[in-house]
Amino acid sequence: MIPLSVRFEPRERLSRWINIWVPAAAVLLALVVAGFVLLASGNNPITTYRQIVEAAFTQPGAFTQTLVSTTPLLFTGLAAAIAFRMRVWNIGAEGQLYAGSIAAAGVGLYLQHLPAPVVVIAMMASGAIAGSLWAAIPGALRAYFNTNEILTSLFLNYIADFLMYYLIFDSTSFWRDLTSASARVFPQGKYLPASGNWPALTLSSVVVPLGLVIAVVLAGLLWGTIRGTRYGFEMRVMGDAPRAAKHAGMNIRRKIVSIMLLSGAVAGLGGASQVGDFRHVLDPRGLEQAQFGYTGIVVAALARYNPISAIVAALGIGVLTNAGLALQGPNFPIGLTGTMEGILLFCVLGSEIFARYHIRIHRTVPVAALHTEATPGSDAPGAELAAVGGREQAS
Amino acid sequence: MTDATSEPPSPALAARSVTKRFRGVVANDRVDFEVAAGEVHALLGENGAGKTTLCNVLTGLYRPEEGYVEVAGRPVRMHSPHDAHEAGIFMVHQQFRLVQSLSVAENVVLGWSRRRGTWFAPRKVEHEIAALAEQYRIDVAPRAKIWQLSVGEQQRVEILKAIYRGARILIMDEPTAVLTPQEVDQLVATLRAMAAAGAAVVFISHKLPEVMAVSDRVTVLRAGRTIGTVDTATTSTGALAHMMVGRDVVFEGRAGSHRVDGEVVLQLEDVSATSDMGTPAVVDVGLDVRAGEILGIAGVAGNGQRELAEVIAGERPVTDGTVTIGGKRQHGKPWEAIDSGLGYVPEDRMGVGVAPGLSIADNLRLKSYRRNGRIMHNKKAVADAEEVIRSFDIVARGPRTLARELSGGNLQKLIVARELSSGAKVLVVSSPTRGLDVGATESVRKLLVESASRGVGVVLISEDLDEIFELADRIAVLYRGRVTGIVDRQDADVDRIGLLMAGESAA
Repeated sequence: MIPLSVRFEPRERLSRWINIWVPAAAVLLALVVAGFVLLASGNNPITTYRQIVEAAFTQPGAFTQTLVSTTPLLFTGLAAAIAFRMRVWNIGAEGQLYAGSIAAAGVGLYLQHLPAPVVVIAMMASGAIAGSLWAAIPGALRAYFNTNEILTSLFLNYIADFLMYYLIFDSTSFWRDLTSASARVFPQGKYLPASGNWPALTLSSVVVPLGLVIAVVLAGLLWGTIRGTRYGFEMRVMGDAPRAAKHAGMNIRRKIVSIMLLSGAVAGLGGASQVGDFRHVLDPRGLEQAQFGYTGIVVAALARYNPISAIVAALGIGVLTNAGLALQGPNFPIGLTGTMEGILLFCVLGSEIFARYHIRIHRTVPVAALHTEATPGSDAPGAELAAVGGREQAS
Repeated sequence: MTDATSEPPSPALAARSVTKRFRGVVANDRVDFEVAAGEVHALLGENGAGKTTLCNVLTGLYRPEEGYVEVAGRPVRMHSPHDAHEAGIFMVHQQFRLVQSLSVAENVVLGWSRRRGTWFAPRKVEHEIAALAEQYRIDVAPRAKIWQLSVGEQQRVEILKAIYRGARILIMDEPTAVLTPQEVDQLVATLRAMAAAGAAVVFISHKLPEVMAVSDRVTVLRAGRTIGTVDTATTSTGALAHMMVGRDVVFEGRAGSHRVDGEVVLQLEDVSATSDMGTPAVVDVGLDVRAGEILGIAGVAGNGQRELAEVIAGERPVTDGTVTIGGKRQHGKPWEAIDSGLGYVPEDRMGVGVAPGLSIADNLRLKSYRRNGRIMHNKKAVADAEEVIRSFDIVARGPRTLARELSGGNLQKLIVARELSSGAKVLVVSSPTRGLDVGATESVRKLLVESASRGVGVVLISEDLDEIFELADRIAVLYRGRVTGIVDRQDADVDRIGLLMAGESAA
């Protein structure tokens, strides 16, 4: 047995490039590891990867479908990223997205006879406000009563979920369709008329949803806010050292509430986009199964809470989600795509340690003769010294 | 370079031509160092001279790139502090490794229980500890919980821990930085007792008087190199300072003439406040600070100094009384104090004074960022930071360097520079030179004196009496949150201040 010891030494400086090549190498490693898993399950990895590329990009309509999967993840990813950056752990993007959907659907139905641009803007505003208000609850509790926002925001997800179900399944609410033939068979929401369907941008064969455009612009704005504004400066100081923020005269409580409002608004906009861009109805089951809010946390983590990187991360998860649906079949259980996603996440998040630390592997040699009585001069230091010189190092 | 007084018996612990680099920076450059059993050996050097790196090599935390460590004359390779412990080498760090909710005895045996089998016999351990404490003149109750102890007492627990585990070599990293003068005396007695019992004690410091008081020999490091080893008996503070800094150190105290007729820039009237635990920490304090004077606040650590500073800065609410800064009545808001012209250098630099993960440029605008509208001018901030780095002589790669990469002295210069550059009328400084080396102490004190002569009212809160005597025009003494007396420096002597510090009233 070769005794080895592994040590992690923090890097004193983080270079810009390390943030690019480490995740890239991690993705590559994930592909290799997932390849073995595919082999073991009787699939040819090369074929599978080609299918993924086809299903996500090259088949007719595939890329459009990928963008459909990406859009909500970018909203929830941004919502998590900005909150986490300030060490405000908003786990509630899920519920805030539901709240946004409820509000946007309600407003879209209520104002359906107004001109389409008015309806679309009203839906966005109402979605953002509803998400904001839903997030304000854990935000205010954290700021003024120091309750744990992880728990409160998480529990509010279930409440928002039940509220959606109540509106469609357990009541005769304004959102519920009580007249159409199919709704008599199974409860469903009222569909929005054309005025509430958000316009999309068509670039040759690819359809870019309006929500995605907004989300990308939002990512840029948030990045600029963090870098270039007083608000963002306060965010950075508080995220780094809350006591220094207090010392600098920042109002921490107000800031926590405001960052929760912002985070909730972004998630709520995602909910509005679900209704306006894609579903055109309040769809409790679909939203619940999609788990956009929780996946958004993964997106934020992959992006290291950077809004611009969140675009890439959301697209990556979007590709996997979309390809997973396409690959599914008798020889390719859905669990296998889940496994591949897991491997990817593990590799990318685990690679963080390589970006932050040097990893050194040493051959260990037991401490020699420390407990015996020292006999000065009797040892030849040369032998020991040779070992010192021959120390192994790898990073 | 090292002298050869310890020839026949091998030194208990030695570094032979040790070189350690960090990313191209040479922290230790062929350093030679040895300590013999039975002596207290001071390791002297400015911050950044390589003292801590050397000790981390000696305790197995770092491996040297070149050179090696000898224990009792035999070259050894250590891979972790655990190996060092096996070899009887223990280090007491500046930050203690103690579990607050456990007792002294429990902390002493914690992690060492495998030496003693599975079961912890509290009474037996307590007796053993009491016996050791007696032998080494360490005053601490074995059954007390750590959180009940003062910082000085906690340090004694660390020393006990090392002795109990069979330390033959004890390394103390800047042990006096956290102690009162009385506690320093007690520490010196303990270290001498350990040396008398045959242990080798390494005492890291940059304070010359205590090095002269405690050590048998002194090894001086400068810029990663061994400058030399001398017998304490045959050297002087001047000679050591010269070795340490590489030039003669002259600090001019305050010139005698200072204004005492300036306007009152800071006024406290019957101010009371509580500690974090809710107990009274500041009681009925009344103080006037005039433009151009330095008011020293003396006192044994933990007598309300921290709370008083926080009250002035608006970071701690008053329970009674009023604070007025530059004529403006305060309402317990930090931003209000800043806007009224308060500069505040807090006791904790990293994490309070600066945000460690932000750049120098960002940290320099931490107090003034509100003044320029909602958009941050990053380029201008970088340019301004370059100017500050130059004029305040801060050693850093550039304005984008993260604050956490700065040494203590440079960090403190950064904070003082920031607090002064925003046009402060009042400057409150807490332990401004604690942990700083001679050079940095010199420049920070100079900055304080200069700002007073430019008309800033300075409040100097310090547990270092020498510093207060050197700088202050008037001295107020805090005892259990009360001001027991305010004395003009001309009328002050150490005895009188000492009595006030012990709670004797001035009257």
